[in-house]
Parts: sequence; structure tokens; C-alpha cells
Amino acid sequence: FYLTPPQVNSILKANEYSFKVPEFDGKNVSSILGFDSNQLPANAPIEDRRSAATCLQTRGMLLGVFDGHAGCACAQAVSERLFYYIAVSLLPHETLLEIENAVESGRALLPILQWHKHPNDYFSKEASKLYFNSLRTYWQELIDLNSGETTDVREALINAFKRLDNDISLEAQVGDPNSFLNYLVLRVAFSGATACVAHVDGVDLHIANTGDSRAMLGVQEEDGSWSAVSLSYDHNAQNENEVERVKMEHPKSEEKSLVKQDRLLGLLMPFRAFGDVKFKWSIELQKRVVESGPDQLNDNEYTKFIPPNYHTPPYLTAEPEVIHHKLRPQDKFLVLATDGLWETMHRQDVARIVGEYLTGVHHQQPIAVGGYKVTLGQMHGLLTERRARISSVFEDQNAATHLIRHAVGNNEFGTVDHERLSKMLSLPEELARMYRDDITIIVVQFNSHVIGAYQNEE
Amino acid sequence: AAGMFLRLLSDIQWRAAHPRWRRMAGSPRSSSTTAEPRPLALPAQAQVVICGGGIMGTSVAYHLSKMGLKDIVLLEQGRLAAGTTRFCAGIVSTARPVSIELKMAHYSNKLYQQLEQETGVQTGYTKTGSISLAQTQDRLISLKRIASSLNVMGIPCEIISPKKVLQLHPLINIHDLVGALYVPEDALVSSANVSLALATAASRNGVQIHERTSVSHVTIQKGRVTGVETDRGRVQCEYFVNCAGQWAYELGHSGEEPVHIPLHACEHFYLLTHPLQEPLSSSLPTIVDPDGRIYIRNWQGGILSGGFEKNPKPLFTEGRNQLEIQNLQEDWDHFGPLLGALLRRMPAVEALQIMQLVNCPESFTPDMRCIMGESPTARGYFVLAGMNSAGISYGGGAGKYLAEWIVNGYPSENVWPLDLKRFGTLQSSRTFLRHRVMEVMPLMYDLKVPRWDFQTGRQLRTSPLYDRLDAQGARWMEKHGFERVKYFVPPGNDLLDLDHSKTFYKPDWFDIVGSEVKCCKEAVCVIDMSSFTKFEISSTGDQALESLQYLFSNDLDVPVGHVVHTGMLNEKGGYENDCSIARLSKRSFFMISPTDQQVHCWAWLKNRLPDDSNLVLEDVTWKYTALNLIGPRAVDVLSELSYAPMTAEHFPSLFCKEMSVGYANGIRVMSITHTGEPGFVLYIPIEYALHVYNEVMNMGQKYGIRNAGYYALRSLRIEKFFAFWGQDLDAFTTPMECGREFQVKLDKGMEFLGQEALLEQKQNGVYKRFTMFILEDHDTDMDLWPWWGEPIFRNGRYVGKTTSSAYSYTLERHVCLGFVHHFDEKTGEELVVTTDFINQGEYEIDIAGQRFQAKAKLYPFSSLFTQRRRKDEVELSGYQRE
Repeated sequence: FYLTPPQVNSILKANEYSFKVPEFDGKNVSSILGFDSNQLPANAPIEDRRSAATCLQTRGMLLGVFDGHAGCACAQAVSERLFYYIAVSLLPHETLLEIENAVESGRALLPILQWHKHPNDYFSKEASKLYFNSLRTYWQELIDLNSGETTDVREALINAFKRLDNDISLEAQVGDPNSFLNYLVLRVAFSGATACVAHVDGVDLHIANTGDSRAMLGVQEEDGSWSAVSLSYDHNAQNENEVERVKMEHPKSEEKSLVKQDRLLGLLMPFRAFGDVKFKWSIELQKRVVESGPDQLNDNEYTKFIPPNYHTPPYLTAEPEVIHHKLRPQDKFLVLATDGLWETMHRQDVARIVGEYLTGVHHQQPIAVGGYKVTLGQMHGLLTERRARISSVFEDQNAATHLIRHAVGNNEFGTVDHERLSKMLSLPEELARMYRDDITIIVVQFNSHVIGAYQNEE
Repeated sequence: AAGMFLRLLSDIQWRAAHPRWRRMAGSPRSSSTTAEPRPLALPAQAQVVICGGGIMGTSVAYHLSKMGLKDIVLLEQGRLAAGTTRFCAGIVSTARPVSIELKMAHYSNKLYQQLEQETGVQTGYTKTGSISLAQTQDRLISLKRIASSLNVMGIPCEIISPKKVLQLHPLINIHDLVGALYVPEDALVSSANVSLALATAASRNGVQIHERTSVSHVTIQKGRVTGVETDRGRVQCEYFVNCAGQWAYELGHSGEEPVHIPLHACEHFYLLTHPLQEPLSSSLPTIVDPDGRIYIRNWQGGILSGGFEKNPKPLFTEGRNQLEIQNLQEDWDHFGPLLGALLRRMPAVEALQIMQLVNCPESFTPDMRCIMGESPTARGYFVLAGMNSAGISYGGGAGKYLAEWIVNGYPSENVWPLDLKRFGTLQSSRTFLRHRVMEVMPLMYDLKVPRWDFQTGRQLRTSPLYDRLDAQGARWMEKHGFERVKYFVPPGNDLLDLDHSKTFYKPDWFDIVGSEVKCCKEAVCVIDMSSFTKFEISSTGDQALESLQYLFSNDLDVPVGHVVHTGMLNEKGGYENDCSIARLSKRSFFMISPTDQQVHCWAWLKNRLPDDSNLVLEDVTWKYTALNLIGPRAVDVLSELSYAPMTAEHFPSLFCKEMSVGYANGIRVMSITHTGEPGFVLYIPIEYALHVYNEVMNMGQKYGIRNAGYYALRSLRIEKFFAFWGQDLDAFTTPMECGREFQVKLDKGMEFLGQEALLEQKQNGVYKRFTMFILEDHDTDMDLWPWWGEPIFRNGRYVGKTTSSAYSYTLERHVCLGFVHHFDEKTGEELVVTTDFINQGEYEIDIAGQRFQAKAKLYPFSSLFTQRRRKDEVELSGYQRE
């Protein structure tokens, strides 16, 4: 059976979200025009998460995609908490003091983040108190550590990532008297999540990446064509540096067992991640926590299972690699996406599709056969593709949706094939994961005028 | 010089072989400055100048010269056959829904077949046959209707199964087909070579052909063509023929007195491919897949395929004077859907290599029919253009008819459907044409169902009551640009939308019109008939009466206030017009004609009335709104509104009087209804229209008055056996042939046009007879409805065709009107049709191949007439015999 185009659209658009940076005085002074985001589940429930927020006490905007594994608990927690850790890391000493004083005296807190959330993006109410306490402990330490220096974004990002992962680990070890929360913190710690986060402040773009999600810059060349610039490195077996790093951190005797079948210890695809305490804690710690934990945890074969050749933990870190990029007028957009997208599409195609979508290049050069040898069938395929490109561009109001449509529906010619799209979207839950992964995409559109003006000032 | 030209033409390689000639022809002006003599000087005068060297111009030249005219000059701005003709797909197809077009195509086919032998020019004529495919049952019905027409013309054709299609053409995908029409004698030609062959033959017969000669304009004096101005000088002439194809419109407008030729060009695309690995046989039939909007023919081992897309691209709206049609840009994206249809129909050609996508503008007309005939404003100015991309199919026949028209004054067939005079200046607006042809071009392959109305170029001419009627649920059709009501949809009664209402069966308005008819029979209805053509003829002395007595067959010397139905006949006694004339005073007459007579009748009268400043002919169509009050209670409504007795004693039938209605004075009231029902037509000066309408509707309420439309009128007039001009009557039909002898006064004491022919018919009998048929075993709900053009069979033999039909709500039967001929069983020769011949036959009407028994009648049912008025002249045909 087939889905009709409207059915396909309702599936594709169910999670789409758009945000436009508000204008002041008829002008948008931000280097960001806005962003489109969307996600398409393959797992049920989806294990990907996304977040976007504007920092209110410092300048800049945070955007991130999180790819969970072994459940969605860790990705969910990271998506709720990481931006607070980053924001706090970026806050100047005075502001931290102010916040702490407010909490101390029960006054209203200065808001730190303004979230831009789709209604389906939820925050856990039950854990908020627990999360808040951990965060407060963090800023109290930052206040105590007051170095007096201005905060470096790179450092802030790295600290925030590491601190959150540490808190996740600690919370699981300590447990919670509330049995629901107790089980929750354990699930968060025993599941895992990668994170790819962008911090944009003026022309300064920082990408902090942990794992195999990816950030890509869409650049428009002088001739109008589109090219892609990677702003992250995948932390997986395909990355030689990463394999090298892991090997450096462990004795030579483990060299052969560290990476097997392109997986860490033959088990884990990403080489860096939040949570995943099974790759971080000692065997003793794991056993103790599991044994003292709730029955559900005990019954879970996965949590009880210790990875083979587990000699010198930790094998896994949440520390991100941070890349800094100064935005130029030709940098038109940024794509953050989980590996579900990158498995199906080359970044060059992503740059072209989004670029053409955003600039509204629907009008195409006329085709001329000239002296070439073209068959009727080839011409027909070419024309069908051109029509499909036009119609799908007009169908989508969201660049991320447009990209998902291509990622899922592209045929061998690189054009959206409705039949294929319909088939892929109507796969039963148990089969979907075999044909595709969860896909989460954020497309940030830059404001070339503002970026140009920054450049001139310098 | 002519001899040399002939040699050039008969050689296909002539341009390459004679570079000297080409150079000189390319720059006629510079050559005149050299010592070298020009090979062909333009003559100072000629009898006929033809402009345009495409298939039309050469065909006209060919036929004129064949008919013995010697003094003919053909001018071509570029090279012969270099315009649309050069790019034409070369398909000669007789599968046409309009009978006259079918005849033209049939003649063309026969002509082209022997042309190579006649001229020695290779025409590429190949009898491949054609297959028109049907993807739907409705399409198959329309093909079956065409098959019925072809059959009775003796053109072999067959409705075949999809399997048979595959046998005839192994590359066709037949899985979605329900059937097809196979016409084995349809052919392929090289249209440019056909054109050159015609030119060669014409040139042998003395026609002078000048290439590289542009006509700048035609000079007209006192309403007559006097000559043409060209870039090489002036040629005086008696007749000018505009065969300028898509430039015909511009050329018509180039002179001081414009000749309106409503046509407009659209881009037309077709594809040429390299040969198949195993080249396609040149005898493979041509495929027409109207549901896929494409045609496919074999071409040099590969295929040629084009179509008529839904979204045509009109061009040259502003006019562009270019010497030859440039090969316009290929537009693959535009052609995409047609390519898709081609690959669906012939999947095997997918691997074929593209040679070229040809973009060749074709001209289209507002009603999808070509344009021929004489200008209504300039005598001697003839036109043959606007072929709606069927130029090669029509070329031979159209050229023949036009040549006959010039030589004999009239063609040998009824060409009114193609006559230039069916259009007026109103169809000549560039905007109108641009919008209309965008509707017409896709219509080429759309399903043609009965009662189709164009949707573009509407609401141009309207009655002052338009908005009032529209608000009351009026549904509109258009005639000669005028909006007319078809019927009124009662509140809360939803009809199907336009596309879904297309049907060959019982239409969705059946009951609505039924109730309007019932109201006409039992109470009173109002129909706005403002579109009818209205002329006034007046004179200071007796000139008006004398002229009219000569131009009309009935006796118009009647007492003032009387209305006379009369034909306006030609020399052969045929109807040029059928009208009602009221004698307003001793010296003035008021004449009512069908809507589409506005241009034709005007030209006919203008050309024949004496040139006398004391005799005035005025078109007053726009001055009056006409309300037709039909029904037994019309009398009551009108007498209450006028405080005047309207009963038969005071206001007999066929009477005309100016009177007051409500507050309005000077309303011309006539006791005719065009339906045979009792009632009146009110001719109201337009500023009173709304007032009188309101008064009539208010007063009529207690008599059960309601609005009605033309469909009700049609049903009423057809069940009464009333013939309408343009549908049943034409220039080839005499009053004697349709039982209207009583409208001819052979003894009115003076000569009139057509008298001689009628006298002869009276003595010798008629060769066809207008007959009414009541369908006997036809199920209105389940069977296909008759339309017009259905073959009539008498004792199993074809005797003629229907001209109109309607469901009679009174008889509860379908009524068809049509003409019965008597063909000799052995020779096929036409014999006299007697009353006995009509009465003694068993009749069948063929609707799309299915025959229905029909009862023939020469007189209407007397039971339908409840009221009779004036004994001497009752308002119906042949009725006085009873």
C-alpha cells in the first residue's frame, strides 16, 4: 500500500519547527536569521533529541543535536541540561554571584536561556530539582574558582560537556530516595548520547562535538554554486586520529581488542559519548550500582553485561572537540545533523539542496540537447527530476523537512521519488530501524549583511 | 521566365543547384541596380493575388489555375513552404468530428495521392493508416461517432480492439486502452513537398510565383480590393487571397480598412528521433492518443511525436514581423508531460536517441475551426488561414472550396462553419485571442461532448439584465460573444462541476429544463433573447420595400403592423438567412435574425442594396433588449401591464405594435415566440430593460411566471419541427426542401432572388426533404443521446444526416430533425424525394454506431398546438396543410 503525498507530508512535517530571530526596529542585528529543525523517527520512541536556545545573560545562541543509544534517557537529559552547563560556564563572575544570591535568598532567578522548542520536545519535570541542584553545585564551584579572566568559549564548552557527564555519572552512583528518579538517573547513566553543539555569537562560530553527529557549513561560491565545509570530526573508527587517541590512552596489550569491527571494544560505534557508564566505570563500581539498583535494572541483561576485554576503564569520554570558525559573508547556513542524515547523503549534496532551497533557485537553466547523444528515456528521467525538485521545494516551508524528504526519498538519480518516500515512511516500526536511522536536523541560516558589516568593522 | 521557374521548382535540390537565382532573389533591390535583368518582374496587374506560399496559398493557386483562371500571382515573403508548412508533421487524417472538415481532409488525401504522378515532384505520400486510441469509454463513443460519419461517406474505417491495435502497431502499450478507431487510408506526406508540388502544377498552369516578396498592405476602395502594395512595387488586382498563416491577422490589420481575421499563434512542439536499431517501417500507422494528448508517426526509421499540451504557450500576441519562422527555442520542460505520455504509450522507444525537439508555431482560431471566405467589409478580399494545426489535412479541400468561391461566387459545399463572417470585430481583440487560443489548443485533444461552451473570452456582450439573471441561478452559454442563459438552476439545486458534467448521455440539467418547458406550456416564462441580430431598413420612398421584396422570398408588402417569416435566399434558392420582418410603417422595416447573422446578413444586404443615400440600413442590435414571454398566460401578464387587450382578436399572431409596458413607452411588442407556443417578444429600448423586466416578473407572479433559458426554447422548437438557420438551414437548403413553401410567394408580382431555382424545384421536385424523427426504442436514461450529424438510415440504407435534436418533454421522446435524400440503389445518383418516399420507409438513427428505430414525420404533431390564431399564416412550418 502507498501513502498519498498529503499523508507523506503530514508524516514529514509532524516535528518541523522554525524560528526566526525577531527584528528590532525593522532590523535583524543578529548574525543569525533563524533556523529550521525537524526530526524523523526510525526507533520507537525516537532516540534523537534536539535543542535550541538563546543565551540571555551572555550573547549568542546555542543549537545542538543529540543522538541517543541504548535508549533515549541520556539524550533526553543532555538535551535538557547541556545548554545550562554551557551558559553557566560562559557567565561572568558577577552574574554567577547574582544568580547564587537570588537562589540563596529565594528571589526570582535571572533567566539564563530562552528555549526554542517544538511542542514535542519535552523537559522532565520530575528531575528538574535534581538537575538544578547539580547545576547549582557547578556554578558554586565556578564562583569559588573565580579566575578573574574573561571566559573563553572553547574552554567553557569543554568544561560544560565534561561537567555534565560527570554529574550524570555521580547522580547514578549516589542514587535518589525517590524510586522513579533513582531509576531515571541510572537509565541516563547506562544509556548514551552523542552531542553536536553550535554556539554562535556574532561572527564567532564554535562547534563542540562529541560522537558521530556532524556540523557542516554551507558556503556559496562566487559562481553561485554550493560547497560544504565540515566543522566537526566524527568520533568513530573511521577517524584515524580518534583511533590513535584511544590507543594512546590504553596499554599496548589492549591494542587489538580496543577497536573491533569498527566499534569501541567491539560494541560501541561512537568513540566519545555522554553516559555509557559501562565504558567508564570500573567493573566493581558497575556491579555495585547494578546490584543495589532497582529490580528493573537488575533484570536488564544489557546493564549487567560487562564489555569484553575491559581492563583499564574509562574507555569513553564526553570531552568534545571544539572547532572555531569566523563567519564570512559567503557562509550562508550551518547544518547540524545526527548520523541518520550523513549515512544517506553526502555533505556536498546537502549543501546544494539546502542552498538551492534557501536561495529559492527554482528557476532552472533550460535544457538543450545540442549535439549530445541523449535517449528519450534519459531525457524523461532528467525532466522528471527537474519537476520533482521544483515541486518538492514548493511543498516544504522548512529547510530541514526538505532535507529529510531528500534523505529518505532520493532515488539513484538523487531526486525525490514519491514511491520510494512513501515506502520508506510506511515501513512497520520493527523494520524501520533496519532501513534508516533516526534523523535530526537543524539548519541555521546566517545573516550575510550583518556578517559583512562585522567584517568591515575589523 | 516562368519556364525557368518551373524547372527550379520541380527540382527538390533547386536552391543548391541554382545559387545564382538564390542570390538575386535574396536581394531583389540590389539586383535591380545591376545590369543583370531581374528574372521575374512583378506584373503591374493580375486578376488574383495570393499572399503566402505555404500549403494554403499553393493549394488555392493550384485550384484556381485548374479552374481556368490564368492571371494569378502568388507572393511569398520568404521561400515557398518555409513557414508552418515546412515544420508540419505531415499527417493527413480524416478522423474529424466536423463534417465539412472531414470532407476537406478526404479530398486532400485523394489529391495528394495522385500529386506526385501529376507533377513529378516527390511528395512522400505513404498510405499508413491512422489509429486513434481510446483510454476511456467516453473517448470510444466519440470515436464511434466519427466512425459513423466516415462510414456513410464511404471512407473505410473500423472500431478495433486493443489487441488489434497491437497487431497493427507492435510497439504500442495497450493495457490501458478500451478500443480504437482505425482509418486505413489515412496517409503521411512531406508537407513542404506537397506544397512545392502544388506550386509546380500551378506554375505550369500559368500562375506566377514570386518569392522574397512581402505584401505590406492591401488597398481597398469603395469596399472593394483594388491591389496590393509590396516591397517590390504595386500589383493591381481584383481578388486578393490572404493565406499568410499566422501573419494573416497582422496582414489583415495592415491596411487603412482593417480586415479582421481572428487567429493567434501558439508554440507547438514535436520530437524527432534517430532511427530505431531495427528501423521502424515507413508503413506503420500513425498513432493518435488524444487522452495522452499526443500523436506519433514513423519518421525515417525513428519517430516523430508531438501533442497538444494543457498549458499552451501563445506567442506573437503583439505581432512580430519576421521573414520566416525562426526555429524557436526548444523547451524540454514544457514538453516533459508529452514525453511522458509518449513513453507510456510506446515504452520501447525509451532507448531512442533524440534528434531534435522542433518548436513550430501554429495558428489557432477562437472556435477551433479554420477561417475561409470573403471579408464582410472588403469585396474581393479572401482569406484562408487559421488551420488549428491541421493545415496539411485541410489544405487540398480548403484550397478547392476557396477557389470555387472566387470563381463561382460560392463553394460547392456548405462552409458556413468555416466562414470568416461567423466572426465579427469583437473576436479580433488581441487579448481575447490570446486567452481563447490557450483554451482552444488543449481542446484539440479534449473530449468533445455535446453542448460544450468556451470558458475564456466570456462576458463580453451581455444583456442589461445579466446580473439580475445571474443572481437567479442563470447558467450561461455564449453565441457570437453574447451571453445567453441555458437554464436557471433553482436555489438549493447543485449541478455537477464543468468537467464532471461532460457526458454523451442524459445531462444533469434534464429535470431543470423539463420544469422550464412545463412552465412554458402551462403558465408563462421569460427568456432573455437580446442576442438576436436586429436591423432596421427604412427609406424616404418605396426603395426599402422594393429592395426587400427582391431580397426576400415572402411577400413583404403586408399591412403595417404585420410580421412576416421569410428566408433571405441566394440565387440557388438556398437560405442565406432566415428571419422575421415586421413592417413598422409604410417605409420602414424591423428585421430579426439569428445571433450569428450579424456580420453575414449585414454584408449580404450591404452588397445587394442599391447605393442610395435615401435608403438606410441600420444595425440596432445593441439598442434593444428582447424579452420573450412564452406560454398561455403571457397574454394576461402583458394586458395587465399595458391596460391594453392582448387577446387574439385584438393582437393576432404575427403582429407587431409599439405600446407601453409599465411606465415605459415605445416597447415594440411582437406576437411571435420562436417556439410555436403562444406569447410575445418585447423589444425594449435598453434603458427600460430592467424596469420592464421587474414589472413583468412582479405582475407575472400570480400567473406562475419564471425565468427560462435557451435549452427550453430548443426543446420546444424542435418538438414543433421548427428549423433554425445555422443548424438545420444553410445556403444549400431551399424553403421547398423544408416544407416552407408557404413562406415563398412565387406569385408576389415581382422577381426575387432565388425565384428561378425555386420555380424549378416546384416543378421538378426536391432532392432532399427536411424530416422529423421520433426515436422509438431509445431509453432516455440509459442510451446515448443524439446530438447532430447522426446518420439516418431508411430501410437499412444511408439517406442523410440529422441537423439537430432535442428531448421533447411533451412527447417524452427524443426528436431529431434532419434531411432525407434518395440515392439510387445502383448508381448512387440523387433522385427526387417524394412524400411517399418519406412516408414509406422504415427509419433508423445511428448514434455512435448504435441504431435506434425512428418514426419519420413531415408535419408536426397537431396535438402540440393548443391555440391557433390567424388562419392565413400560422407561425409554423407546413402546418397549413392540415
